[in-house]
Amino acid sequence: MSWMAWTWPTALFFIAIGTALLILTVLELRQPTIARRGLLPLVTTRGDRFFISLLSAGFIHVLWLGTMDSAVVWGTLLSLIVAIILMRWG
Amino acid sequence: MNVNVSRWILVAYGLYLFLPLYWLMSMALRTNADIVGEFSVFPVAPTLANFREIFVNPVWYQAFGNSLSYVAINTLISLAVAIPAAYVFSRYRFLGDKQLFFWLLTNRMAPPAVFLLPFFQLYSAIGLFDTPLAVALAHCLFTVPLSVWILEGFFSGVPTELDEMAQMDGHSFIYYFFRVFLPVNRGAIGVTLFFCFMFSWVELLLARTLSGAETKPIVVVMTRTVSASGLDWGLLAAAGVLTVIPGVLVVWFVRKHLVKGFALGRVS
Amino acid sequence: MLPLLTNKRWLKVTAFKPHNNRAWLGVLPVFLIVGFSAVIPLMTVVNYSVQDILDFNSRFFVGFQWYRDTLNDARFVDAFIRQIGFSATVLAVEIPLGIAVAKGISKTSRMTPIVLVLLALPLLIPWNVVGTIWLMFARPDIGLLGVLINAAGFSYNYTADPLHAWLTLVAMDVWHWTSLVALLSFAGLTSIPAPYYQAAELDGARAWQVFRYVELPRLRGVLVIAVLLRLMDSFMIYTEPFVLTGGGPGNSTTFLTQYLATMAVGQFDLGPAAAFSVLYFLFILLFCWLFYTMVMRNDER
Repeated sequence: MSWMAWTWPTALFFIAIGTALLILTVLELRQPTIARRGLLPLVTTRGDRFFISLLSAGFIHVLWLGTMDSAVVWGTLLSLIVAIILMRWG
Repeated sequence: MNVNVSRWILVAYGLYLFLPLYWLMSMALRTNADIVGEFSVFPVAPTLANFREIFVNPVWYQAFGNSLSYVAINTLISLAVAIPAAYVFSRYRFLGDKQLFFWLLTNRMAPPAVFLLPFFQLYSAIGLFDTPLAVALAHCLFTVPLSVWILEGFFSGVPTELDEMAQMDGHSFIYYFFRVFLPVNRGAIGVTLFFCFMFSWVELLLARTLSGAETKPIVVVMTRTVSASGLDWGLLAAAGVLTVIPGVLVVWFVRKHLVKGFALGRVS
Repeated sequence: MLPLLTNKRWLKVTAFKPHNNRAWLGVLPVFLIVGFSAVIPLMTVVNYSVQDILDFNSRFFVGFQWYRDTLNDARFVDAFIRQIGFSATVLAVEIPLGIAVAKGISKTSRMTPIVLVLLALPLLIPWNVVGTIWLMFARPDIGLLGVLINAAGFSYNYTADPLHAWLTLVAMDVWHWTSLVALLSFAGLTSIPAPYYQAAELDGARAWQVFRYVELPRLRGVLVIAVLLRLMDSFMIYTEPFVLTGGGPGNSTTFLTQYLATMAVGQFDLGPAAAFSVLYFLFILLFCWLFYTMVMRNDER
């Protein structure tokens, strides 16, 4: 496994995503999502909104790293806020 | 748009398709000295020497064998796993079905180059590097999602009454699936086989990275020839002609379902 | 106009599918095999992208450094812009040309299957052979095309002039892939029920009106697939320019994948190449999601 070159930060990142997927699965089994239309111009389910949040987080980081010199933590914080907004009202 | 205008566009486009192929064929029939020495539209002294060289030189014919072996393994694996998946996609809804389908699609669309680095490490680590199985498995990355996509389209077009009828006749599911459902869909399976074959056969980047001296496929031998000094154009052209033949043979058998296959089974 | 078109009878009714989680048994093999070739490598790429790896025993965590470097690397940005330019050009040529070619194919002639197989021919040729064919066809000294253009009085040499190299690559891609669009469009055209055409004829519609109001709407589904496939595949083009121009002259035809492959396999810069891969993948994911949403909407209509 040494060739996979694991580090703690990346391991935590994947554990977090894995856990999120697990939670979404359990939620879906107990309380199936109802597709709805919110801020986004399309009908979304819980899983869709999670995916859109992840994708936006990725692109916020890309923009931050590409244009800003300041620490990337602020970009992470911004993506978190966006993610919360999308999950709640998207 | 006028039908006559379209007909002329088709003819012009056909000519455009034909000319480079003609040039390949004509070069394959000439010696290298002839090609470099003098420009002529038709081969003046046609010879089969280039083809003979490929059939007697083990570097060339073994490379053909290597390519065919990983393509065959890939096609078998892809069909074996894609048929049941496409069936359940077309017949049932289940937890995460849309997400799973999307994830499969992203793998068909992602550039193989993205996975290039870890593939090399992965297949070296599990001891598969430089075997046909390594390339076959790596190509599954895009042939499996594509097969599922095409087969799902075809299977969705098969009415569910067929399933119900078999049930009423008292047949077991296994009997129904293998003796009724698959024969009904043999055209779809043939076309999917063609697409797996095609995309595995034409790919270079992964095949080159995952094959060493033992399993060098034909596409790699050809690129080596290109980069080497003292390029033999005639030989290269002859090898090119030969690489087209397997595809032509396969496409001829599935010609009836070809168009629907290209539309991913989504148009009747 | 064309009252028949609003008749919902022609729309496909989506069959009811029962909900059954045991269906997962059927997709499990696919899940495992694609997971093996996709998830493990993707995790590995992410791991590599945050480290400076000399070998696997001496590696250092560098955080987002490689990402910052790549995004501010002029060569990456240039390759990206070139890539977008190339993809846009080939799409702009291949989609209309493909439709026009498909319209020229007779739907009923006995020759039709043969025409279709001939059209599919370029798609069956290994990508490096496509490059080789055009290498031989376009060479100004021994190639039919190169010699003809020069004989016509234009000075043409794709190995020296960036513009010529570009045009040759576009011509090659059009040669290679227009058939895919044509075959898809033909599939769409044959699925249009005859009453549509009869209704248009009764209304006295002109040829272009038939195309615009009868055929084009029905082609929507296949065209979305065609654009998706062509966009994605042109975005990962590697082999053909690698053989034909080698990315030159200079860097004028170095596209994303070629730049990445040089970094990954040629120089073995694991960290930067991995960061590049992750960025590349992120863009692919975005495109893919946009199109998937569109296809799904289409299917629901």
